Amino acid sequence: MTNASAPLPPTSLLDEDEGDTTRKPSRLARVDARAAVARSKLSSPWTSLVAILIAIAWTIPTFGLLVTSFRPRSEIRTSGWWTLPWNPGLTLDNYQEALFGSSTSLITYFVNSVVITLPAVIIPISLALLAAYALAWVDFKGRAILFVAIFALQVVPIQVTLIPLLSQYVSWGIAGSFWVIWLSHSIFALPLAIYILHNFMKDIPPSLVEAARMDGAGHVKIFFQVLMPLLTPAIASFAIFQFLWVWNDLLVALTFAGGTTDVAPLTVRVAELSGTRGSQWQLLSAGAFIALVVPLIVFLGLQRYFVRGLMAGSVKG
Amino acid sequence: MNGTRRRRSYLAAAAAGASLALVLTACSGGDDEGGGGDDAASDVDCTAFEQYGDLEGKTISVYTSIVEPESVQQTDSYIPFEECTGAEIEYEGSREFEAQLPVRLQAGNPPDIAYVPQPGFLASMVADYPDAVVPAPQAVIDNANEYYTEGWVDYGTVDGTLYATPLGANVKSFVWYSPQAFEDNGYEIPTTWDDLIALTDQIKDDFPDAKPWCAGIESGDATGWPATDWLEDVMLRTAGADVYDQWVNHEIPFNDPQVLSALETVGGILKNPDYVNGGLGDVQSIATVAWNESANAIPDQLCFLHRAANFYQANWDESLTVAEDGDVYAFYLPGESADDKPLLGGGEFVTAFADRPEVQAFQAYLSSPEWANAKAEVTGQGWLSANSGLDPELLQSPIDKLSFDLLTDDSYTFRFDGSDQMPGAVGADAFWKQMTAWIGEDQSDQETLDNIEAAWPAS
Repeated sequence: MTNASAPLPPTSLLDEDEGDTTRKPSRLARVDARAAVARSKLSSPWTSLVAILIAIAWTIPTFGLLVTSFRPRSEIRTSGWWTLPWNPGLTLDNYQEALFGSSTSLITYFVNSVVITLPAVIIPISLALLAAYALAWVDFKGRAILFVAIFALQVVPIQVTLIPLLSQYVSWGIAGSFWVIWLSHSIFALPLAIYILHNFMKDIPPSLVEAARMDGAGHVKIFFQVLMPLLTPAIASFAIFQFLWVWNDLLVALTFAGGTTDVAPLTVRVAELSGTRGSQWQLLSAGAFIALVVPLIVFLGLQRYFVRGLMAGSVKG
Repeated sequence: MNGTRRRRSYLAAAAAGASLALVLTACSGGDDEGGGGDDAASDVDCTAFEQYGDLEGKTISVYTSIVEPESVQQTDSYIPFEECTGAEIEYEGSREFEAQLPVRLQAGNPPDIAYVPQPGFLASMVADYPDAVVPAPQAVIDNANEYYTEGWVDYGTVDGTLYATPLGANVKSFVWYSPQAFEDNGYEIPTTWDDLIALTDQIKDDFPDAKPWCAGIESGDATGWPATDWLEDVMLRTAGADVYDQWVNHEIPFNDPQVLSALETVGGILKNPDYVNGGLGDVQSIATVAWNESANAIPDQLCFLHRAANFYQANWDESLTVAEDGDVYAFYLPGESADDKPLLGGGEFVTAFADRPEVQAFQAYLSSPEWANAKAEVTGQGWLSANSGLDPELLQSPIDKLSFDLLTDDSYTFRFDGSDQMPGAVGADAFWKQMTAWIGEDQSDQETLDNIEAAWPAS
C-alpha cells in the first residue's frame, strides 16, 4: 500500500453516501466564509502596521545587541549603540576574544552543545511517538488513566528533581558524562512530547487508520506508512521546541555535567565569559550571538513545518 | 602563552580519558611547540616536592568560583606540582559555584577540593554536611601555623578544628584616585578620617562641576555588596575591631547603636548629594551603576575618590597604568587617627572533601610558600596571598605589592569581610538588599538595620 492510495477509500465512500455529500459542502462553505472574514480582517493595512511595529519593537534589542557586539569596550562604555553613525568604530576583537581568547576555544563547547542536543532531541521524540501511538490507537485497559498520569507529570518542576536525580546518577557511577544529560533532557521532555504528539495523532481521522487495518496493515505498517507522513509537521514543531530548550539550557548541564571542558555546552561557557569578577563584560554580546547562530538557522530552516504544525491542530473542526 | 598551551594538552589528555604519565603529556604538548614542555620540566626544582611522594596516575578534582581568564593562572601554578609528583589536577571553575557546591554535596558528588570564598559558607557546610568536609591533615596544619597569621588560620577554623587554609587574599580598604589629579591640585594623601573629609570638602569647593566621590553597587544578583564593604570598613574605624567581631558574630544585634552611627558616617558620604556621584548622576544612581564601571570618571577628573578593593585594578581601561606615578592608584582608607589602622579584606579557603593521600598532598602544596610563589610568577596582576613565605618581589603589580605590604605589616589590624562570615540569609541576601534599598529607595538608617536584624536566622 502506498501513501497516495491510503486516503482514497474514505473519499470514494463519501461520494456514494448522499447524506454526507450534502452536508459536507455546506460545512466547508461555512469554514471558507469564516476564513475569508479572518483573512480580510488580518490583511487590513492597520493590522499590518501594528504587526510591523511589534516586529520592530521586538527586534530592536536584538539589533542593539548585535551592534554592541562589534563595538570596542571603550565605545560601549561611553556611548549607546544607537550613536553608531557618529561613532563608527567597529571591531571584531570581541568575537576574536570570545572565540579564541580562552585556553579552550569556543569550538570545543560548540561541539559539546551539538553532541548534547541531537540525541536529547531524537531520543524523546522517538519514544514519545511510540507512546503517543499506543495511547491514541491501541485499545488497552487503563489507557485514559495512564494518559492523564503522563500529562500530570508536566506539573513537576524540574528543579525539585535535580538533587534526587543527581544522587541516583552518582550511585550508578555515570555522573559527569553525556549520558546523564541525554537521559535528563529525555525525562524532562517526554510528558509534553507524548501529550502534544498524542493530540496530533488523535486528530487524524479514525477512518484512515481503520481503512489501513482493513487492508491488512499491522501496527508497524500503520505507524510508519499511514501516520508518520501526516505527523511530520507535528514532529518538526516539537523538535524545534526541544532543540531550543536543550540548546539554551544551562541548569541541567551545569548540575549534571558540571563545567569541565569534556562535556560542558556553550551556555556554560558563555555564562562564564565575563570572568570571575565580571571584568570582561564586553565579550558577552559577542558570545550571545555566537550561541544564537545555530538556533536561528534551525528555526529559519524548519519554520514552514513549524507554522504548518501549529495549523494542523487548529484548522480541523 | 607557553603555560596556556601546555594546559590545553592536559585537558586534551583528560578528555581522552587516558591517565597518561605526565611526561607523555608534556611531550604531546611539545609536538606543536617544538619540545617546549621538556625544557619547562627540567626548570622545576623538585626537591621541595619529595615530601609528597610519588603520585603518578592520581587525579585530584578542584572546583572553584574562579573562571577564565584568572583560572589559567591557577592551573599554571599547579604545573610544578603536577610535573614533580605525577599527579593530575582536574580543574573546574564556575560562577555558579556557591549554588552548585551544596547541590553536589547533597547528591554525594563532591569535588576533592573546593576553594570557598566565605568563612560563613565554610561554617555552614561543616554544620550541614559534617561527614563531607574533611579536617585539614597535619602537614596543612603545620603550614598554616608557620606561614599565616593567627587571624587567617582562625577564619579557616570551625569549632576548634582547622578545615581550610587561605589561598588568595584581597584588601578592600583602598581608595582609588588619580595621582595626576592630586599632583595638579596639590592634594595630599589623607592619613586620618578627618583629613579625608577635609580633602573631600576641598575637592567639592575646587570643582563645582564634579563630585569628590563616585560609587556603584550594581552587581547582578549580588547587587549591594560594595555597599556592605563600605559599612564594614567604616564600622572598623568608628567602632573598632572588637565591636566589629561581636557584630559579625551576632553577639551584639545588627541594629546596635554603634552600627547605626557607622551607617550614618557612610551615609555622610554616599547619601550626600554634594559628595556623590561623580560623573554618574545623583545619589540614587549609585544603586544602578555597575560596581566595575563606577570609577571610570576618575581619569576624566569628574570624580576623585573611589573606595574599592585591590582587585578593582582589572576594571580599568587597558590604556591606563596602575602605579603610584601612573594614571590611577589607590591609597589606604585612613582610620580615625594615623595610628589606628584597621584593614578589611577577603580571600578563598581550600576545603577538602576527600582524605586520599594525593588530595592531602595537594592541600599541603596549596598552603606552602612554593605554591604562593609559583602563583605569583605566573600572574600578571591582581593576585596576592597572605602567605608570609611569598616573595613580594614576584608580585608584578604595584597595587598587589602594596596590598601584600599592608597584609603582612603588624601595625595593621586585619579583619575578614563581615558579610562573608555572616550566615547566608544575612551576608549574601538581606545585607545586600537592604543596603541597596538604603541607597536606591532612600530607606532610613534605622529601618535598614532593623530589617537586616530581623532576617538573622534564629538559631
